[in-house]
Amino acid sequence: MNAMAFVYLAAILFSIGSAAVLLRRNAIVAFMGVELMLNAANLALVAFSRLHGQLDGQIMAFFVMVVAAAEVVVGLAIIIAVFRARQTISLDEPAELKG
Amino acid sequence: MQSLIWLAIALPLASAAILLCLGRRADAWGHWAGVAASGGAFLVGAGALLEMLGKPAEERALDTTLYRFIPGGDLQVDVGLLADPLSITFVLLITFVGTLIHVYSVAYMEHDPDRRRFFAYLNLFVAAMLLLVLADSYLLLFVGWEGVGLASYLLIGFWNQRREYATAANKAFFVNRVGDIGLIIAMGLMFTYFGGLDFATVAESAPAATTAQLTAIGLMLLVAACGKSAQFPLQSWLGDAMAGPTPVSALIHAATMVTAGVYLIVRSAPVFNGAPDAQVVVAAVGAFTLLLGAFIGMAKDDIKKALAASTMSQIGYMMLAAGLGPIGYAFAIFHLVTHGFFKAGMFLGAGSVMHGMKDQVDMRRFGALRTAMVVTWVTFGLGWLAILGVPPFSGYFSKDKIIEAAFVGEGWQPWVFGGAALIGAGLTAFYMSRLFFMTFHGKARWTDDQHPHESPALMTVPMIILAVGSAFLGLFLAVGDRFTHWLEPVTGHAEHHEPVLPIPVIIAATLILVVLGAALAWFKYGRGDVPEEAPAASLATITARSDFFQDSVNRAVFQRPGQHLTRTLVYVDAAVVDGAVNKQARGWASLGEASRRLQNGQVRSYAATMLVGLVILAAVIVVGGL
Repeated sequence: MNAMAFVYLAAILFSIGSAAVLLRRNAIVAFMGVELMLNAANLALVAFSRLHGQLDGQIMAFFVMVVAAAEVVVGLAIIIAVFRARQTISLDEPAELKG
Repeated sequence: MQSLIWLAIALPLASAAILLCLGRRADAWGHWAGVAASGGAFLVGAGALLEMLGKPAEERALDTTLYRFIPGGDLQVDVGLLADPLSITFVLLITFVGTLIHVYSVAYMEHDPDRRRFFAYLNLFVAAMLLLVLADSYLLLFVGWEGVGLASYLLIGFWNQRREYATAANKAFFVNRVGDIGLIIAMGLMFTYFGGLDFATVAESAPAATTAQLTAIGLMLLVAACGKSAQFPLQSWLGDAMAGPTPVSALIHAATMVTAGVYLIVRSAPVFNGAPDAQVVVAAVGAFTLLLGAFIGMAKDDIKKALAASTMSQIGYMMLAAGLGPIGYAFAIFHLVTHGFFKAGMFLGAGSVMHGMKDQVDMRRFGALRTAMVVTWVTFGLGWLAILGVPPFSGYFSKDKIIEAAFVGEGWQPWVFGGAALIGAGLTAFYMSRLFFMTFHGKARWTDDQHPHESPALMTVPMIILAVGSAFLGLFLAVGDRFTHWLEPVTGHAEHHEPVLPIPVIIAATLILVVLGAALAWFKYGRGDVPEEAPAASLATITARSDFFQDSVNRAVFQRPGQHLTRTLVYVDAAVVDGAVNKQARGWASLGEASRRLQNGQVRSYAATMLVGLVILAAVIVVGGL
């Protein structure tokens, strides 16, 4: 099986994920987009690992998973906190950090 | 005692500090503490003198290093005191006359609520002056120099509740600062050329220096001396300095302050000996000032201002002598010592007159005081005879020597300098006799509420002692050229030179001029009537009365342009310097304002920016083949 196919798949997944982040206002959906981008990166790492016959990429993927798990916890906590405070999960609502 | 000479400075300094720190608590005994400190300093000086007289002439100088002031690499600055015949002469003059003035002030300032503060300042003045003359380097001398300036400022402005007195104090301080700059530059030059500021280093290195270097240093030292000694063109502060209480005037004019400039020139003999041009300038300044002071003295009706003008003139004699080189140094100091006695005596006499006349200073309202104030009349009279140079009183021995020395030389110099000194003697006789006759002789022109009376013993005793000094000190020191030999280790041995005129002719001419001057004053002011109001006068008199328009000249030449200069500088500072800085700051602020708009708070736009950046980065890596 051609390893490059996995890379292409990863690129497609990353694009879908980033499109979700950029285009959707719903924080949960944007969050899912982020997860999709992370996993696309994981897929690319594993694919390159296979391509080069080295284990570095796979180990890297594990790290990404750990960080992603932590990020989900923190991210969901923030989304819930924002929802409690404002009764909304739209990404465009909170703009207090405007310069 | 010679190695303990630091005590002479420490005593008055400690007394000044104690009196100032204790404040009102010391009011009851503060004045006597001041007298004791000054008297103690005199005893230290006298002890040092006795010790020095017991040694052979060339071993008399003693340089004691007290401590290291600035330790550092190539620059080592020590605080050391030099007790040699010249400095001990000054120490004795300052402390002896100073102590008498202290005693006098106890009575003179009796009714002043701030008498303790006055004595603290007097002590500070004496301490600073002693530091000035005992220092063994120009740097330490400068400390005393500034101390004298500070103390004179405090004392001239002692009654600073009166605005014009405070202004007079400021004036004295500012004019002195101009002179100080000369001393600072001279020290800088010495440090550059000689590598040190102590007198020993300068004396050692001066012969090897070029004439141009020595002339530059000498002229800067002259600027300094002009400031302190009220010589032309920095003389304007002296007349206004009469704002201080009369004992202060006596102290400034006799023992301290104005003598500092002459001391500086004589002490810098190694520099001046190698710079004939600078010497001529010193002598010329002295000769000019002695005539200037004499002309001003002739027109003044204020007894203190007339005496002040006379000081200026007499210091001019000293500067003239100091500018003549080794033949004049000893005579300059000699005249300084005798002048210290008779001028202090006359100032104290003037104070006594004012004391009895309810602080009246206008001589046109005096007259016939000889019956009312016998002691003052006699003591003042002795001072008057001394300053006239009538033999055998003090002034004759010192001033006549200067006139003789001024006639020594070649070319135009002896005629100009000698002529100025000779004419000056006649003028001195006229204006001092005018002062004396207007005050003590003629008809009484007192205002109705004045009841002249003799001053208390605390005031008259110092006057009597000074009068005895005015009468006999010159004779005592002149016998066998005692004083000249005493100073020889410092000023150097002077070869005897013949004046361009025979000495008897000079003496005779001087005496004739003196008698003429005094006689003219007698006919005009002693015997004749003196109008109570100053009569309308010729242009020359008006010029002299207004001190040769010195204030107007200073204002037009220095003050106004100076103010314009500072205003221009302030404007340039605000418009150009501040302008550039402010414009730049504004530029950065607007840049920040522009970049602020990028932070729009939209999370998704941030994400888009990040993505774009990432894509660009990836594109660069791929296209660049990195």
